[in-house]
This record gives sequence, structure tokens and C-alpha cells, in this order.
Amino acid sequence: MNRTKWRNLKNEWLSNKIGIAASVVLAILVLGAIGAFLSPNDPNALDVLGKLKPPSANHWFGTDEYGRDYFARALYGGRVSLLVGFSAMIVATIVGTVVGVVSGYFGGWLDNLLMRLLEIIMSIPSFLVMLLLSVLLKPGIVTLVIIIGLLMWMNMARIIRAETLAAKEREYVLYAKASGQGAFGIILRHILPGIVPVIIVSATNNIASAILMESSLSFLGFGIQPPNATWGSMLTSAQGHIMDAPYLALLPGALILLTVLCFNILGDILRVGLEPKLVKR
Amino acid sequence: MKEDNVLVDVRGLKKHFVKGRDIWGRGTEVLKAVDGVSFQIHKGETFGLVGESGSGKSTVGRCLLRLYDYTDGAVLFDGQDMSALGEKKLKPFRRRIQSIFQDPYSSLNPGMNVLELIGEPMNIHGLYPQAEERKEAIASLLQKVGLKREHLYRYPHEFSGGQRQRISIARALSVRPEFVVCDEPISALDVSVQAQVVNMLEDLQQEFGLTYLFIAHDLSMVRHISDRIGVMYHGRLVEVADSDELYENPLHPYTKALLSSIPVPDPHAVVERIEWQPEEGGVPELKEASPGHFVAFE
Amino acid sequence: MTRRLLTVEDLNVSFETRDGENQAVRGVSLHIDQGETLGIVGESGSGKSVTAKSIMGLIAPPGRMKSGRIEFAGTDLAGLEEKDWRRIRGNRIAMVFQDPMTSLNPVKTIGDHLTEVIRRHRGLGKAEARQEAVRLLREVGITEPERRLRQYPHEFSGGMRQRVMIAMALSCQPELLIADEPTTALDVTIQAQILDLLKQLKDQSNLSVVLITHDLGVVAQVCSRVAVMYGGMVMEEGTVEEIFYRPKHPYTQGLLRSVPQRKSGYRERLVPIEGSPPDLIDPPAGCPFRERCPHAMAKCAQLPPRFEIGPGHRAMCWLNDESVKEELAARPEPQGGAANEGR
Repeated sequence: MNRTKWRNLKNEWLSNKIGIAASVVLAILVLGAIGAFLSPNDPNALDVLGKLKPPSANHWFGTDEYGRDYFARALYGGRVSLLVGFSAMIVATIVGTVVGVVSGYFGGWLDNLLMRLLEIIMSIPSFLVMLLLSVLLKPGIVTLVIIIGLLMWMNMARIIRAETLAAKEREYVLYAKASGQGAFGIILRHILPGIVPVIIVSATNNIASAILMESSLSFLGFGIQPPNATWGSMLTSAQGHIMDAPYLALLPGALILLTVLCFNILGDILRVGLEPKLVKR
Repeated sequence: MKEDNVLVDVRGLKKHFVKGRDIWGRGTEVLKAVDGVSFQIHKGETFGLVGESGSGKSTVGRCLLRLYDYTDGAVLFDGQDMSALGEKKLKPFRRRIQSIFQDPYSSLNPGMNVLELIGEPMNIHGLYPQAEERKEAIASLLQKVGLKREHLYRYPHEFSGGQRQRISIARALSVRPEFVVCDEPISALDVSVQAQVVNMLEDLQQEFGLTYLFIAHDLSMVRHISDRIGVMYHGRLVEVADSDELYENPLHPYTKALLSSIPVPDPHAVVERIEWQPEEGGVPELKEASPGHFVAFE
Repeated sequence: MTRRLLTVEDLNVSFETRDGENQAVRGVSLHIDQGETLGIVGESGSGKSVTAKSIMGLIAPPGRMKSGRIEFAGTDLAGLEEKDWRRIRGNRIAMVFQDPMTSLNPVKTIGDHLTEVIRRHRGLGKAEARQEAVRLLREVGITEPERRLRQYPHEFSGGMRQRVMIAMALSCQPELLIADEPTTALDVTIQAQILDLLKQLKDQSNLSVVLITHDLGVVAQVCSRVAVMYGGMVMEEGTVEEIFYRPKHPYTQGLLRSVPQRKSGYRERLVPIEGSPPDLIDPPAGCPFRERCPHAMAKCAQLPPRFEIGPGHRAMCWLNDESVKEELAARPEPQGGAANEGR
């Protein structure tokens, strides 16, 4: 990646109001997650008398069916959701990039083996895998991250493989090979730098899907165990009160939507900014 | 030319690519890109290789660079067979044989500056390990190819096509090679810039005693730069001769057809067009028609 | 008296880029008479393709035609609405592009391509259109046209596809054919065949052709008149004989000199034009060739007018100015006057 690309990216980002808004929203959400402990209310403190209270000055998001402060729960829940989303993305990116580059660069039987393996994994319904794994493994954040990460690397690997196939035919790669540069050096110096933009863009989109996946898992009760909250598990418990306290479902739902939307918008900006051929109209 | 003067000796080189595979990964369809090619390149000369797209000329170049394993045949460099060598044993050859590619936009890594680009082969072969010394060496190389010291920290996109090709040439020369494979080095350049690069290649050949394999489809430029020329057709050589001899006295009908197709930049020139349809049964072996002039034709 | 078919006057086209305004075409004036073949030669970035696209009304954002007049057979094309454009484009002006691989839809047969165009533009019935397609394929030298019509583009070689593209362009009996580097992607032997075809078409009909190319050989073989472009301007224009035998612009002279001569016995040194073409984002004032010109002088900082050298022969260079000529004649020649040697 060179300076021009960074400059284009910066221009693209700064000239895009929606992009700035998305960044600001994400920054607020992340700060909220980090600063969750500053909240005056304990997210797990029960208050039997004050249950299902609508939003007020004391309880900005109201309280849930056990009288817990919903705002604090949303902050702590966001911490889990964002952490899981981000970490799962890292896992998926590392696995996907390694598999994709190795498969694309070396080709032959190795490529064949890896791609068939990938197809097999992709053809198993992901929810089945998630359920099986979450039963087999001890529930917890690490388990969740690994499960989600391992379910998401395949698309990444495919994209990276295709990019590697194109990159290895470039003449500067041929030159490096003909000059005696080893495979590892070629991948590190000539192939990876060229596909960093692709990696960044698909990683951004992966965060969004990881957050959604975490929410679904938690919604089904296989994610983080109660009493700890995540946005997904908050949705689950809101199910029973959809008529009398709709904000219980709407608030975490809106947060998930907002986060995913923001990451997708940023992903799009990155794609346009890092792709020189797409000239803005 | 004396026999001991041979730098590159290509013997019955074949390179087949597997195009289709069945579900077990066995080849079902084979593309015979190079199908039995033999020629020799002498020290200090420029051997031109011409042919149309799909003739296999670039594949021959890449085989000499050992970017591919050979299907059959051998390539001897300075008397040593490098056909079966592993990457480790090949390394000294990779310094002595360098390359310049066609596309000035894809032959330089866009993320590296000139210093890093030219420094890479030096790095691989452990030349000029001291940073300061290396920088000086690269700066003087830049001067040799008509660029300036202040270009050291610039990136490829800041240069024109012709300047990029100069950087490629400097990079190839940075490890003091003996043999340079030039794979269509001027095809992507504008006419006025082509002449600059060709002159430079000729000057550098004089100065460093280089041997070139010059692959091209532009027949008039090939004639200008080459001492001897081989004409390729469908993976085989159909004619090899000194360049003037080839242009003035072509023997193979394909060579004749090719030469008669060059558009002459002279509105009054009348060129009789010769067409050729390949006959069945493929190309026969090369035979010496007159001293140094080989042709694959009855 | 031949009929003037197309006149381009003072055409200016710019492209908005991230780094600023790229002034691709800067004041180009050209004309094409009926039945003639005009070659537009130039290097990459000289503005030759942009000029052609403007004539076809194909300049799309971020490109913009800033000013200029394009008159085709009495109609001003510059201010035309897109729907009126469609009546001219393809019908009266047809275009053939460089890459025959990407110009054809891979899932449609050659026959589909041709009959579709014929029916759309000429309103013929299905059977008639098919007959016409057969006739056209035969005209562009494709054997067994009936069988070929049922084939798909991938069954055709590059040269054959370019023939199909020419057949499609000719299907509406256009008055003007614009060929943008039609042979650049092809092998020499195929190129020669396509050029022969163009020559033959020119001889058989009253078609006017604009041939855009970077290859001087192609121009010499096919064209009757030549415009040499550089830095977004027409440097010199004239008949092929004038341009090739009596070039009056140092750029034309340099181009012709940089082509290797076909002499044997010794290796002559090539005479390149040193330097590289100007950056059109912030082009220098005055003559665009000034920085590479062996004859550059103080006066070149002003844009030279088009000097009339002979009938139809114009060169945009101060060397053709009477007062400059006198001044130079008074001074002793410093050196051979040829291009400057390599650094």
C-alpha cells in the first residue's frame, strides 16, 4: 500500500458525510463499551419493585423484567458484542488470509486440498456447527470468538486466494522469483502488501457479520451465559414483553442495527477509497 | 562463432501446460507452449526471438529464467545444466541471469520506492550489505540509466512508462548479471520512447559485456537490436539466422509472411503481401540451409 | 469538389481527476471529406482517442466537452440531446474499437449480434436481416458466413472478431467509420489482413474513415491524410506524402526519425526524442513539444499559430514563421540541426 492510496482513502472518508457520521457513532459505541464501568448502575443488580419501568432520568433505557438498569446492560452488552465481533474478525482474517495466500500462491495439490476442505466446511449449515460446538465446548467469550471466527474465514480465504492468483502473475512477482527471492519473501514483500486493501475491506464487513452472528447465538441462548448481557441475549429476554415493553426489544435491536450499518458503511468507503479504478461521479 | 563461446545452450526444450484436469487432478488437456526448441546464444550477442501471440516465445524466456520446470529438454548456462537444479543450487544462476519484463506498470511493485526496488536483488544475493554503500551503488546505477539521485525515494506511479522501464533495467543490472532476458521490454512504450530504451540497452551491453535474449513481436525493432534472430511458430523454431540474412533472405514461408506484414512507414512503399497457411503434420526439424542459417522447411 | 463530411473546430475536452483537471484535448480543429481516410497519429495521452470519442458523443463524466463545434453533414453535434445522438451514432457514424474480445457479448451468437443491429437500425425483417448479415460477413472476408453466424464469439479468433466488429459497423451503411486502434491488439499478420480489408472497403465505397493509431507504418499504408497529435493538440496535418516526405514540425520529424531504418550491414544508432510527454493536468503554456524539441527557442513560450505550408498542409511550429526563418538564416547553424543526442 502506498501513500497515494492512503491519501485517496482520507479524501474519500472526509468528503463523505455519512462516513464521518458512521465513524462518530462507532466511536461513541466503543467509548461506551470501554467506559461501561463508569455507569452508576450495576447491570446485574436486581430490583424487583422497579421492574419493566419505561425510560426515565434515572434509568435512561428503563429497566427489564428483573428491574435491572437497561442502559447499563446495553453498555456491558455492547462491550461483549463489540469485543466478540472484533476478536472473531481477527481470527477469521488471520485464518482466511493464511489459507487464501497459501492456497493461491502454491497452487497444485495443496490448493486442491484446502479448497475442497473449505467447500466441505461451507456446505455444513453454520447453525448446526455453532450449536454442536457450543454444546461441546465450555461457553464463554473465548469459545464464542473461536466458533464465530472459524465460521467466517472461508469467504475471506476465497477472496484472498483469488487476489493472490492475480497478484502472483504480476511481473514484479515473476521478477522477484526469477531473482531468487524465496516464497516466504515474495508473499510478505510482494503479495500481501498489494492485497491489504482487500483484507481491510472484507475484515470490516466481517466485524458486522460477526456481531450479527454473536447476537443470533446469544439470542438462541448459546452465547454468553446469564446474568451477563449481550445485545443478542437482551433481545431474547425482551421476547416475552414485546407488547407491554417494546423498548426492551427495540433498543438492543437498534444498537445492533446501528453498529452493523456503520461497519458496512465504513467497509464501503474503504472499498471505494482503496480502489483507484472507481472514480467518484 | 566458436563453440566455447556459447553462453546459453537450449537443447530440445519442451514446456507443456496442463489446461484441464479431471476430478482426480490428472491432466486431460495439454497446451504445448514450447514443443522442442533448440538454439544457442553466444557471449556478448543479442539473440532476438520473434513470433506472434501463442508462439511460445515468452514461455521460452521464462524457461530460461527457470520460472517453470521443463517438461523435457535441457538448458545449459555457461556449460552447466540448470534444468534439474533445486532452488538452492539455482541461486547463483539467479544472479547471473536477470530479466526485464514488458509492462512498465506491472513490473515494479507499486508499494516500494526506487531504493527498495533496486535494492531487492542486491539484498537477495548479499551485495553491498552496508546501507550507505548500497545507496551509492544504486544512485550511480540510476545515473547510468538516465535517472537522477533525487529519484531514489520516489514511487513507481511518479514515473512515466519509459522511466519505469529504466528503473527495471537498473534493477536488472544491480547484481552485475551476464545474461538478461528482455521479454518485450519496449512493446508497451510509445514510439519516441522506445528508441531511448533501445539505445540504452545497446550502450549498457557495450559497457558491461551483456548477453541479451530479446523477445518481441515488433519485427523492425528486433532487426535493429539483434545479431541473430529465431522465428517461432506454434511452440517451434521455424528459422534461425543472422538478422540481416533473415530479413533479406528469409527461407521459411512463415518468416516471409511475417516480414511482408510489417507496415512500412513510407506511403509509396509497395510490399507484396505473402500469406501462409501451415501445412498438416507440424513443423519439421531445423536444418542448416547455408552456414548459420537454419530453417525448418523442406 | 469533394463534400466536407465532418468539421471539428476548437475542441476542448477535460477530465476531472483526483489530482486536478486533465486537459486531454486542447483546441483541436480537424475536418474529414467524403471518401477520404484520415489518420490521427499520436502517442498515449496525445488526445487522439478522446478526440474520436468526442466525435461520437461518447464523452461521459468525469469527462466534459468544454467548448468546440462538431459539425457533421451540416448538423451541429455539440449540443445534441442523447436521443438525437442515438439516431446518428451507429447509423451515420460507426465506431470500431481496439479490443474485439470485450466488444462482443459472449452469450450471443455472431448472427444475433449482427441481425440485432441491422433490424434496429434499418427496420428489416428477420429473414432479410439474416441475409444481410450473410452478405456483410462475406464482404469483410469471412468464409462460410451461414455457418459462422451460428457460432459464438469465443469460436472466433481475434482477427475474425475484429472483422465481425467491422461488419457490424458497416451494417447500417454509415457515412463515417471511426476506427480507434483497430489493429493494436492483433498480431502483425492479422493486422495486415485487417488493414487490407479497410483499404478495400475504402476503394469500394464512398465511406470516410478516421483511423486512430500510434503506428506510423499503419498510417502510411492506409491513410490519405494525416493529423499528428501531441499534448492534446494537432501539431501538423497534411497528406501522407507531405507528412512522411516533407514534415514541417520537429515532432513529426522526430517521430519519423525514431523508427529504425531498414538498412543492412551496420547498426545505425536510433534517434529518439528525448524526454517524456507533458503532463496535461497542468500543461505548460506555449508549444507542448517545447521541452523535448531540439529547435526550441524563446518564442516557443507562446503558442504558435497554425502555419499554412501548402494546400491542406499546416504545422503548428514557429519554425514556419517568415520572420523566424529570416532570423535563423541570418545566424550560422550551431550544429547539424538534427535531434539532440542522448544524455
